[in-house]
Amino acid sequence: MSRHFFIESTIRAFARALSRALASEQLVARRGLLQALDPRVRVIGVFSLVLASTISRRFSVIALLFVAAVLLALSSSVRLQTLIKRVWLIVLGFTGVIALPAIFITPGITVASLGGVAVTQQGLRTAALLILRVETAVTLTTTLVLCTPWTHILKSLRAVRVPTEIITMLTMTHRYIFLFIETANQMFESRQSRMIGTLSGPEQRRVASRTAGVLLSKSIDLSEEVYLAMQSRGFRGDMQLITEFRMQALDYAALAGFLALACAAAWMGR
Amino acid sequence: MSIVGDGRAGTMHIPDGYLSPSTCATCYALAAGGWYAALKRIRRVLFTRAIPLISVFAAFCFVLMMFNLPLPGGTTGHAVGVTAATIVLGPWGAILATSIAIAIQALFFGDGGITTLGANCLNMAIVGAFVAYVVYRLLSASSELNSRRRVIAAAIAGYLSINASAFMAAVEFGIQPMLFHDAGGTPLYAPYPLHIAIPAMMIGHLTLAGFAEAFISGGMVSYLQKVNPGLLQGLAGLQQGKIEFRVPANAGIKNFWLAVALLMMAAPLGILAVGTAWGEWSPVDFSSLQTRAQIAAVSRGQAPPQAVPAGLQKLSSFWTAPFPNYAPAFVKSPHLGYLLSAMFGVGLFGVLSFVASVVARRRNRGELNS
Repeated sequence: MSRHFFIESTIRAFARALSRALASEQLVARRGLLQALDPRVRVIGVFSLVLASTISRRFSVIALLFVAAVLLALSSSVRLQTLIKRVWLIVLGFTGVIALPAIFITPGITVASLGGVAVTQQGLRTAALLILRVETAVTLTTTLVLCTPWTHILKSLRAVRVPTEIITMLTMTHRYIFLFIETANQMFESRQSRMIGTLSGPEQRRVASRTAGVLLSKSIDLSEEVYLAMQSRGFRGDMQLITEFRMQALDYAALAGFLALACAAAWMGR
Repeated sequence: MSIVGDGRAGTMHIPDGYLSPSTCATCYALAAGGWYAALKRIRRVLFTRAIPLISVFAAFCFVLMMFNLPLPGGTTGHAVGVTAATIVLGPWGAILATSIAIAIQALFFGDGGITTLGANCLNMAIVGAFVAYVVYRLLSASSELNSRRRVIAAAIAGYLSINASAFMAAVEFGIQPMLFHDAGGTPLYAPYPLHIAIPAMMIGHLTLAGFAEAFISGGMVSYLQKVNPGLLQGLAGLQQGKIEFRVPANAGIKNFWLAVALLMMAAPLGILAVGTAWGEWSPVDFSSLQTRAQIAAVSRGQAPPQAVPAGLQKLSSFWTAPFPNYAPAFVKSPHLGYLLSAMFGVGLFGVLSFVASVVARRRNRGELNS
């Protein structure tokens, strides 16, 4: 481990999160199928397809949903390259590693032998099911997030009966995450710029926990200021979400299409 | 396990596809119970203050989860932050803050699934918060805020809470092949049974991820002991500190006037009272045989003096009440009289209170200006 490894890797993680948010905002502005729909239809449609991929027990049906997810992404201006780099390879890397031993250790009919270890039909099937299901679900949710402003996704959660209070908290949290990322980033950068020697393991942990402690104190102070600001604007605990969403004929048709596809997949895959 | 976030391993955000719909539904139901109870409790303690505090704290938890913590052996790990949240906000606040952070991770950063959000919140936010709370309270009981014991208690609480969460996730994974497989024996979701899932999950958490939470929790408590020990008292500390918690003015006033109205309506119940109130006698009561008997009854059998006491006789004419016997002279019905008296009394107090508040406000303004 290099001497500033943990600071640098944390700064990189912050930068990755910020660049991902920025890329998402750029894609939201493009024209595409999902972008043309009411955000509530997007959220309900994508969630129902994710649910259908979880319910379905047949490989062929999940594969069909995967194709539908890819078509949806491509028709919404999401590049294939983005899907490969950001979703498929990463999912394959993690879920593939998790699913790989199942090929060998799942009891069943032996179909091949790899280095003297039996590969079972059931093992292959379960690994393929798991990988395909995760790929499908993550392709769908990533497409939704890339094509919908985050504030619209949060407001659309009201359509699936999430309480207003929770949506308000999610919206506020989402807003302050970026402020805290910037604050923590500045703290780590300033620390790194003052370091000329190497830090031992315990010293690095002390730096991390102190930074976390400062951030915690700042968060308490900030919450007080936010509360006073809310009160000064007349906040008394009642919340109302202002939604400017309007359902058009296309939205109703798309919603019916999403739900029909999800129901058909769930029924066919039972 | 993290699948598409920032490529980190060691945390246990279960993605979509690993758990069956019925497991997801059960976990959602259990988590919903926790969220409901937490929201109710936290609202009762914090009132309108809850929303900004929980929101900002959730943002803190989210950023804390991004810290790459250096661990012994040269590797790094990630904390969940649930123990720190539990120590500062208490278990109910921690449940909400951590759940919000987990939901944001799932919705926007692909860390954890949507169908498995209930399971992730149940494991990390609910079980994690309660294990952290119980362990921290047990180990730090009756210790000083700045004692070393609190640092160790926080570290152990962090370690155990993450391992309890990991164990929950391992059990959820492990029951999948037992319960959900096709006719040919193919597991339909997570493929490993309990005897593989539990050790596979726990080894990583017992040896690495648990220490990440332990270091961040212990380290933060140690830091807060030096700079902001009030935060270590939980919500009580926040209340005693500079953050004030106010009852929403509207709700308080509304409840107050409702109670006053009910009491006014109940005022005629006084008519139903039998006997006489001890000591509340007038000169005429001493000449009435019936009242004399009542006075003797409430005075342990001691008979009142035959003549009206001279002091009472003299002072009774000093002040004549506008509503003798709780009824103006022109009102014949005693029930209506009681009600009118109650309304008059409340109105009088209202006017006096208003005048007092105006005077106090002017005085405060004068002090501020000076």
